[in-house]
Amino acid sequence: MTNKAGRFGSHGGQYIPETLMNAVIELEKAYDHYKRDPQFQAELTELLNEYAGRPSRLYYAAKVTADLGGAKVYLKREDLNHTGAHKINNVLGQALLAKKMGKTRLIAETGAGQHGVATATAAALMGMECVVFMGEEDTKRQALNVYRMRLLGAEVVPITTGTGTLKDACSAAFREWTNRISDTHYCLGSVMGPHPFPTIVRDFQSVISQEIKSQLLEKEGKLPDAVIACVGGGSNAIGAFYHFIDEPSVRLIGCEAAGRGVDTAETAATIATGRPGIFHGMKSYFCQDQYGQIAPVYSISAGLDYPGIGPEHAYLHDIGRAEYVPVTDDEAVTAFEYLSRMEGIIPAIESAHALAYARKLAPTMEKDQIIVVNISGRGDKDCAAIARYRGEDIHE
Amino acid sequence: MSNIAKAFAGGKAFIPFITCGDPDLETTAKVVRAMAESGADLIELGIPFSDPTAEGPVIQAANVRALSAGTTTDKIFDMVRNLRRDVTVPMVFMTYANVVFSYGSQRFISTCADIGIDGLILPDIPYEEKDEFDPICKRYGLDLISLVAPTSEDRIATVAREAGGFIYVVSSLGVTGVRSEITTDIGAMVKLIRANSKLPCAVGFGISTPEQAKKMAALSDGAIVGSAIVKLIAQYGRNAVPYVADYVKAMKDAVRQA
Repeated sequence: MTNKAGRFGSHGGQYIPETLMNAVIELEKAYDHYKRDPQFQAELTELLNEYAGRPSRLYYAAKVTADLGGAKVYLKREDLNHTGAHKINNVLGQALLAKKMGKTRLIAETGAGQHGVATATAAALMGMECVVFMGEEDTKRQALNVYRMRLLGAEVVPITTGTGTLKDACSAAFREWTNRISDTHYCLGSVMGPHPFPTIVRDFQSVISQEIKSQLLEKEGKLPDAVIACVGGGSNAIGAFYHFIDEPSVRLIGCEAAGRGVDTAETAATIATGRPGIFHGMKSYFCQDQYGQIAPVYSISAGLDYPGIGPEHAYLHDIGRAEYVPVTDDEAVTAFEYLSRMEGIIPAIESAHALAYARKLAPTMEKDQIIVVNISGRGDKDCAAIARYRGEDIHE
Repeated sequence: MSNIAKAFAGGKAFIPFITCGDPDLETTAKVVRAMAESGADLIELGIPFSDPTAEGPVIQAANVRALSAGTTTDKIFDMVRNLRRDVTVPMVFMTYANVVFSYGSQRFISTCADIGIDGLILPDIPYEEKDEFDPICKRYGLDLISLVAPTSEDRIATVAREAGGFIYVVSSLGVTGVRSEITTDIGAMVKLIRANSKLPCAVGFGISTPEQAKKMAALSDGAIVGSAIVKLIAQYGRNAVPYVADYVKAMKDAVRQA
């Protein structure tokens, strides 16, 4: 008997310790039940709309469009959500589900801190305990978010093992979950990990593409020609892609963090430089050495600084449905500054990776074509780091 | 009788674990010989992994030391090949799925068979994913060891029925590491296993003292100890051999009395 649940082609699966198996089985059962429960869906919609501020705007970036001189550029403004990023979509769903399951404590990993802040926020709202694991390196890069999480009542645990970044925070969260399961839900922040997480997180994020589709039909009467999103684990990207996967005319483009370049060791571009592997509960592509040791990846963006990619993206890559392109630190920082000056919108450095590619693509397209760029988060959190990148030493 | 079954044929088994290459492979080879001479019935050889998600701080640190020292899967294979010239005690590899998968599962497992490794313990391969490696293990005569945990409950019967070699009973929630007490009802878990399998079962996670080993072995067919040994190696480094030998002797004596 082989359980092929949670497979995306050869990717996905449940590569986790036996200790956690009943927990993920229980989660899968609960999710299958509640996703069909109209009351659960009504409660979630209420939270998304009244608390998180959905639907997020689809903004026509007229100045960017004129400047690039090609396709029309629309921005999906996930940065306008409560807590400042797309992460809240998934967190409200999982926290509500956890609450229904009788869990009283949420644990989470975080890279840039956006998922940690969103989890701490949902925990505060729902009266749950919250512990967030964050690489020590990232607690330095994102000190403001550490304070936000503490302000919201969460405990932040800095992780010093490994590279002290997102993958280590994720390992720490898995370890903590094996230690305390009965009252604890691991609120995983991306479309990764063991089944059913990649499916649950995708479903909760798919509201992004659902809205893009209806908003663009209303504004333009047609589908976009391309949807562009940044990819670390890939939750905002899968959310932006999902309702277009069966629309072959829509190009789906995921932008990976190339760091200092895919020809250097300081990169986090998994599709460009990784190969198939098994890690953090899933089979997918991973940056690794010849013996399968996970590579110490690098990106200026703490949120994309992860050596793997969600299994559904790995599958979309395999079948050629989505394209994955590397974007360097330098290109992302330039795009970060560009959007700030051009439209008065400061994007997260993660989202700036997607915008950087849009800047290359738009001029190659016709004026009646449309690109949607998912601005997955806002960039306030990144200002100090970008200033440092440009040689200005500012203190928060 | 498989080599692993032989480990349990002479009474309660004591099963020590070490991380290969910590602090270097020469020391590992000496420690393995010393453990075999001191009464170890089966030896778990850990192949270090960059991100060992089932390990506590002690074995995590050993993995870092081993990898920093340049330990690789191929060098460990060479070490085992040399050991097998004179060491007959059953040996299994304990590592993570990616170490095997990335090497090429067929190539990894056939090499294991070739150098005299008797089984594999992969803590991130639960029952649902065992088809990734089990058919290849069977083809080459290796046992893929199944684990059952305090949370397994209704899964124990299913896991036990299809297990090979021995059954690894995870004593506690959480990751590997020394614990002052083990509160799980091990007796109940073992009873469920025995109702569904004739294989021996050994208890691991959290055991460090002779008293704990004796107690756990009394409830099962053996005791597995990792972190306590790795701690000795962390403390004494290249001079750890006699300390590990003394420790294994004491633990084997305790298990014998169970």
